[in-house]
Amino acid sequence: MTASLGPEEWQAVALSLKVSFWATLLSLPPGLFIAYALARWQFWGKQVLNGLVHLPLILPPVVTGYLLLLVFGRQGLAGAWLESLGIVLAFRWTGAVLAAAIMAFPLMVRAMRLAIEAVDPRLEAAAATLGAPRIAVFATVTLPLILPGLITGAVLAFAKAMGEFGATITFVSNIPGQTRTLPTAIYTFLQVPGGDAAALRLVLVSVIVAMAALLVSELLAHRASRRINGA
Amino acid sequence: MSLEVDFRHRQGDFALAVAFDAPDGITALFGRSGAGKTSVVNAIAGLLAPDAGRITLGGTALFDRAARCNLPTWRRRLGYVFQDGRLFPHLSVRQNMTYGQRFAPRGSTGPTLDSVAELLGIAPLLDRRPGGLSGGEKQRVAIGRALLSRPRMLLMDEPLAALDEARKAEILPYLERLRDETALPILYVSHSVAEVARLASRVVVLENGHVARAGPAEQVLSDPGMVHQIGLREAGAVLPATVARHHADGLTELAVSGGRLFLPLTKGAPGTAVRVRVLAQDVMLAHSAPVGLSALNILPGKVVSLRDGDGPGVMVQIACGDDLLLARITRRSAQALGLAPDGPVFAVIKTVAIARSDVSRS
Repeated sequence: MTASLGPEEWQAVALSLKVSFWATLLSLPPGLFIAYALARWQFWGKQVLNGLVHLPLILPPVVTGYLLLLVFGRQGLAGAWLESLGIVLAFRWTGAVLAAAIMAFPLMVRAMRLAIEAVDPRLEAAAATLGAPRIAVFATVTLPLILPGLITGAVLAFAKAMGEFGATITFVSNIPGQTRTLPTAIYTFLQVPGGDAAALRLVLVSVIVAMAALLVSELLAHRASRRINGA
Repeated sequence: MSLEVDFRHRQGDFALAVAFDAPDGITALFGRSGAGKTSVVNAIAGLLAPDAGRITLGGTALFDRAARCNLPTWRRRLGYVFQDGRLFPHLSVRQNMTYGQRFAPRGSTGPTLDSVAELLGIAPLLDRRPGGLSGGEKQRVAIGRALLSRPRMLLMDEPLAALDEARKAEILPYLERLRDETALPILYVSHSVAEVARLASRVVVLENGHVARAGPAEQVLSDPGMVHQIGLREAGAVLPATVARHHADGLTELAVSGGRLFLPLTKGAPGTAVRVRVLAQDVMLAHSAPVGLSALNILPGKVVSLRDGDGPGVMVQIACGDDLLLARITRRSAQALGLAPDGPVFAVIKTVAIARSDVSRS
């Protein structure tokens, strides 16, 4: 067993990092919006929206992947429309981003929602009495106060995206360099004779990435909350 | 600039129907907890939309149900000091103080950070965070923050209620300076008679969601009909007075419209206008000028009205010169003295009964 990663393994690691990065980044704005809506607004269909957001958490990932294939595949309603715009998702790394984002979304929204619910609305009312319009209240009071929750949500989503397997392999298959992410690569190496060493190396990388993400998030969240509560 | 309030609102079983004016100076909104004081202030600030009515400031509508006008809170520009401070925990004291300035309309003028920090004594705290401040310091920062947002008036909802007596005593002088040095109308919500007597020029008494009495502080506080709102032990009149001279034996002589008052030494050069709170239970009555008495203050006057209480007591309102005094005596004494409206009477006040905190600049 050699200690260093081969080119095929590097490819899988780099792809996973890229997919997870984009999946996290792209789901941040809608995640924040939906978390805010669920935490603060009363509207018709709120429970339906809540259920939809949480669906990927409770459905078998294979089912989520298959539904994605139905909707975003080349024959799917959304897939065909996106293809006319020049965006192809099926069997591309972009599809892996979508699958990872959908699977990570409930974790992100949950963390953010808890953070938003913890913000005292009376502080926001105080900001309004000082002349701040709604957007400004959000940007100068709400957002800084929920920053630790935002970081936690993003890191959870990133970790979940790094580990996503079922929906990804169902939706975009297992194409080297295109959709073979870290978990699918581990799975593939385990299927071929003599692949154990490579699989083990990738497992090690997985653990290191996960631990690093956790550490960074703890550090950032700690700093942010010290800024908030600091004397 | 005057605030005019006239609205109705229903919250569950609680019906609020209030109408009053608050001109320049401090208007106290006084009432027991649960009387609806905070709801009134929230309606003025735009944090609560009443079911019906109108709220105007300086002639322009903040809220008008009939005209479908409901100016959002941030456009009303009313500095609101909350009971619980509500400082932004993630900002420094300085950032808290200047928060509202960037939202103030271009070209608007107001006090500077330096002058407000000096007025409220918070200059040494500017670089600290709210988390490390004492309750009194927090409230002073909250007042400064509201002042610096260039408000058109100030709303103060029990700003001292969460503080102990020592902290209250620490902030009250600042509020007096604020009243004297800014031209803003201030609506001051309180259930403390002592604060109201010290600060307010007008008083609006709120009872179960409606205005029980409104008028100049001297008249409302000396109204025997308001005693059940104020409480027997707290009831008392407020007299406007002028410092006449300080005596060498530790007494200060004040001129009131009905005569002279001798009090324990108080601050203020001769000529300073002050207000003196005289508790009803500290006033004795006599039907003829008493002699051989230790009390130094004997004011001649005449009975305006008597009002029986639930117990053995009677509240007597007395006119001394242009001022009104309130005396709480027993019904037995009232009968023995033969007190009746328009009858002559002498009010006796012990000098040492008047605490230094009962005298304040006006």
